[in-house]
Amino acid sequence: MSIYIPQDTTALALGAEAVARALQAAGVEPVRNGSRGLFWLEPLLEVDTENGRIGFGPVTNKDIPGILDALETDASSHHLYLGQVEKIEYLASQQRLTYARAGLGDPVCLDNYQALNGFVGLSNALQMDGQQIVDQVKDSGLRGRGGAAFPAGIKWQTVLDCDSEQKYIVCNADEGDSGTFADRLVMEADPYQLIEGMIIAGLAVGANQGYIYLRSEYPVAHKLLNIAIERAVEANFLGDNIQGSGKTFHLEVRLGAGAYICGEETSLLDSLEGKRGMVRAKPPLPAIEGLFGKPTVVNNVLTLAAISTILEQGAEAYQNFGMGRSRGTLAIQLAGNIKRGGLIELAFGVTLREVVEDYGQGTHSGRPIRAIQVGGPLGAFLPESQWDTPMDYEAFAAIKAMIGHGGIVVFDDSADMAAQARFAMEFCVVESCGKCTPCRIGSVRGVEVIDRIVANENRDDNLILLHELCDTMELGSLCAMGGMTPFPVRSALTHFQEDFFVQDAAGSLLEEATGVSPGGK
Amino acid sequence: MDTGAQHTADISHLVAQFKTVPGGLLPLLHAIQAELGYVPDSVVPSIASGLNLSRAEVHGVISFYHDFKTHPVGRHTVQICRSEACQSMGSRQLEAHAKALLGVDYHETTDDGAITLEPVYCLGNCACSPSVRINNDIHARVDAERFDDLMADLSAPAGEPK
Repeated sequence: MSIYIPQDTTALALGAEAVARALQAAGVEPVRNGSRGLFWLEPLLEVDTENGRIGFGPVTNKDIPGILDALETDASSHHLYLGQVEKIEYLASQQRLTYARAGLGDPVCLDNYQALNGFVGLSNALQMDGQQIVDQVKDSGLRGRGGAAFPAGIKWQTVLDCDSEQKYIVCNADEGDSGTFADRLVMEADPYQLIEGMIIAGLAVGANQGYIYLRSEYPVAHKLLNIAIERAVEANFLGDNIQGSGKTFHLEVRLGAGAYICGEETSLLDSLEGKRGMVRAKPPLPAIEGLFGKPTVVNNVLTLAAISTILEQGAEAYQNFGMGRSRGTLAIQLAGNIKRGGLIELAFGVTLREVVEDYGQGTHSGRPIRAIQVGGPLGAFLPESQWDTPMDYEAFAAIKAMIGHGGIVVFDDSADMAAQARFAMEFCVVESCGKCTPCRIGSVRGVEVIDRIVANENRDDNLILLHELCDTMELGSLCAMGGMTPFPVRSALTHFQEDFFVQDAAGSLLEEATGVSPGGK
Repeated sequence: MDTGAQHTADISHLVAQFKTVPGGLLPLLHAIQAELGYVPDSVVPSIASGLNLSRAEVHGVISFYHDFKTHPVGRHTVQICRSEACQSMGSRQLEAHAKALLGVDYHETTDDGAITLEPVYCLGNCACSPSVRINNDIHARVDAERFDDLMADLSAPAGEPK
């Protein structure tokens, strides 16, 4: 009888270590699996029984004696009994490709990974030449999962076509957007999948060196990735002459140092080179002149992880998921003020309302939902009228919002949206790399102007000024940091304008002010 | 700014380890900070000469990243997540409580040298907010009461009066 208790960040943050110690004290050595991403049930204790794999959660160390007793008699009698974990509706209704293995076993156990179809994609890729692999990726319709949604196959083709002795694969694991943890869950629950995707990318474009640029805020992922890489080297999945193929691929984790901007790919490359993480002007594209000036594939963790699935199951199988030009599955991360937060992998096209109401079951506080921010700190705040938008890159772009990396942050009706708009600007002040003026100075001015509006100081003039400032940042910034910070600000102004006028009870002033709509002067 | 930091530590073994690593400055700075607790101004010249950079370049990198400290910090670093998901669950109130409890603002260290308080922008634990990181451990669903317990745990073993 195996008993599982996860070792991922969220489970640990909720007391999984104490649960593991309580199990050990009772003479049971638990398997430390990864999380399934059902974070509202963490720490989720699972047990292999003749009735399948059953769960209890959320558990504390104090529950352990009772659970062990119940397992001797009638497990279902325990108040934390959840039945078969894979039949929990939240999980059973998902379409798991990237997270199919998450939580099943010890994430750094190579035998476990291979028993669950691990490295099948790699062994298929080793039978192909670079162009054939790139064609598979193109046919899959996979678009970059970091936020920009650029077709991965086209990026790879560019690198493949470059004539260079040295090329690089860089994994962007600087998952800085608030409300996102999908990359972390891959790295903590199924790190070999990422490693496999990176090896395949190397084979495809002819790169023999890869780097995972990992944010320093992820100490658990750092530890697990390093163990996984060490074991993959020992088993000759990394290094020289991989599995006797004559191919070489080396992989190293590099730690960031607490800079949100380094999630922007060119800034990330400068940081990897040991410099300040300054955004580079494009062109040249990183695919042509990337790390150390060499052709470089820069992809997000989820993009590279999906490569393993595509090479394992075929481009067509992957392409069959999704809608329109958004193919495959989306890792939705449900977070913030939500009752049932977690990782929800679904084909593109589910609506925001379905995610928040059906999966999330409303707010954690029990109050009504007021606003939903999708796509991280640069994403718009969406009012209820927009919650029926399907989660698809184009559908979101059409309402001036973005799916980005798939993070959903829910706010209840106690949220002060003027304060959130101010925070968006403040965040840009703290995290701007400082290279371009609209971002560096504009964000500082943005905080000041919002303060004046809320203080009812020349409000109408300052509203016009704020919109003009947003125009300047959107049109004049070098990257999305300055270019999209106006999205949350403007959406708050448009949909939650009453929060900006809390100190004024006069309705006439409010109406006058709302006449200044985004871009309209 | 911090003139008290006259660290004379020898970091030549670390410089030797990273000087041939491509893009080795960040890993080197992390290694120095892991060993000394911060990156004192006094080591900048030896980093610069070891990696064939100007002192200005080294200083520029140190000052760019939030992680690198140029003066000694407390025995424990406590980071409170300020990001949106945590805000939606009351991290603004939590940070006010933490500052009042510890008697410090962000980037400051308590008088007893025990705790340095820092903001952090997302710990990736956003489904169970608010999140707090203490050294390398992350804690979920931290309200004021839980924060008090965590701080009490920190000061207890060392017998620090509070």
